[in-house]
Amino acid sequence: MTNEELKLKITTLLPEAVFEEGGEWLNVNVNATAWPALATQLLHEPELYFNYLFCLTCIDWKTHLTMVYHLDSTQYRHNLVIKIKLDTNKPEIETVSNLWRTAEFHEREVYEMFGVNFLNHPDLRLLILPEGWEGKNPLRKDFDDPVNMIRL
Amino acid sequence: MFEEIGTTAEGDLQINVGPQHPATHGVLHLVLTLNGETIKKVEPHLGYIHRSIEKMCESLTYRQFSYVTSRMDYLSSHINNNACALIVEKGLQVDVPERAKVIRVIIDELTRIASHELWWGAMAMDLGAFTPFFHAFRERETINEIMEETCGARLTMNYIVPGGLMMDIHPNFQKKVKSFIQLFRSKFDEYNELVTGNIIFQNRMKGVGVLSPEDAISYGCTGPAARGSGVKCDIRKLYPYEIYDKVQFDEVLETGCDSFARYMVRLKEMLESIKIIEQLIDNIPEGEFQAKTKAVLKLPKGEFYQRVETARGELGVYIVSEGGTTPYRIKYRSPGFSNLSALDHMARGSKLGDLIAMMGTLDLVIPDIDR
Repeated sequence: MTNEELKLKITTLLPEAVFEEGGEWLNVNVNATAWPALATQLLHEPELYFNYLFCLTCIDWKTHLTMVYHLDSTQYRHNLVIKIKLDTNKPEIETVSNLWRTAEFHEREVYEMFGVNFLNHPDLRLLILPEGWEGKNPLRKDFDDPVNMIRL
Repeated sequence: MFEEIGTTAEGDLQINVGPQHPATHGVLHLVLTLNGETIKKVEPHLGYIHRSIEKMCESLTYRQFSYVTSRMDYLSSHINNNACALIVEKGLQVDVPERAKVIRVIIDELTRIASHELWWGAMAMDLGAFTPFFHAFRERETINEIMEETCGARLTMNYIVPGGLMMDIHPNFQKKVKSFIQLFRSKFDEYNELVTGNIIFQNRMKGVGVLSPEDAISYGCTGPAARGSGVKCDIRKLYPYEIYDKVQFDEVLETGCDSFARYMVRLKEMLESIKIIEQLIDNIPEGEFQAKTKAVLKLPKGEFYQRVETARGELGVYIVSEGGTTPYRIKYRSPGFSNLSALDHMARGSKLGDLIAMMGTLDLVIPDIDR
């Protein structure tokens, strides 16, 4: 599907979705509460069939966090970017590791680096950071570690 | 190497593999849950070589940040640099001279061959055959010499920069690449005679580490790990960059879904890379090797994403720019990280000894996984 067709299709699935255009791919802003239902539809709707989650990450905007999901379909080769705003102080979102298995590791990385709590994740614990780092989130903008000097 | 750390409530044995195990080729730490010799669970513990490259890049300029990417997947350093160069060029809308594009592709493919050579030698060594390692390194050394002459480095090249190349190729480059092609073609049959046809090797590889195409996609596996399951995922074909749409080559696909299929994909990919180099080596256009760019690069406000095919699979570089001289946020979607996540699924129910063959055919490079 082209970006225009994708836009129409997603509007029928979720009328309150907000679109951003101009980039390479269609960007869709959705609410954290609407995300689990939309994610299931993106994967299972035969016309969409976004079966390949090729990137899952988070951005710290200081005022809020944004989860970013990059999706691809191995059948139609159309791409989509989903963005979800989260509260900085209590970031919580439903896991998608039940839909795309790759999300299990990527969400664990986001959990330790940004402190996002993924609800119903099968095994949410530190993956890269050693024990004792719970609560400290290195990729947050306010994180500074003068001893281990990450900033050059 | 294998250290016992206890038993679970069900009476299963838990052991450590690594972080200093020879078969992990780096500091990978796996905690295995075993019932007798059968694997019930594989839990990777990462981070032994985590340098927080993503955070580091937030304070590096667009000219500097590609240098640290050579240290991610150090066997695909040219291709990592290429991804960084491409994303900056995309943001600034720079037209790269044709000469630079052709040289980039030749050098990317040489990197892929060198990486697969090292994998092939190390993989055979993991399974107990020591000789192939020397055969592989004999050919790989020739590539390293070519790189050394042209880029001044053997491992972390930093030769591909935003706008083109760091410097022009060495006058001997074409001659040496052509003699390498001749050498490689004459030695390639040895690889099959030494390893591929060996019945012990085949018995250890066939039916081991089965990964269905659906699971490969769901786990985000890319590169030879997914192509061994018949999944079309070659970024060079699907989303061509540089001049990959103008050269003739086949995407190698196998349908075995097991370790042997992944082995065959990599072996055949080396020949495809040779095919690409042969088409280009006599046709390097004359002209500039670098486009004119400003001394200080500033990407416009916005988001940029670049996908490239490294020797291990799909590398994604995602940049969020606020219009400054450094990225606001940068994310590297590394192929090894996703490929490793499928290991637990692949290994469950198989024997401990087979884990080595599975890790070997996933071609894990730990600095790429940890970043």
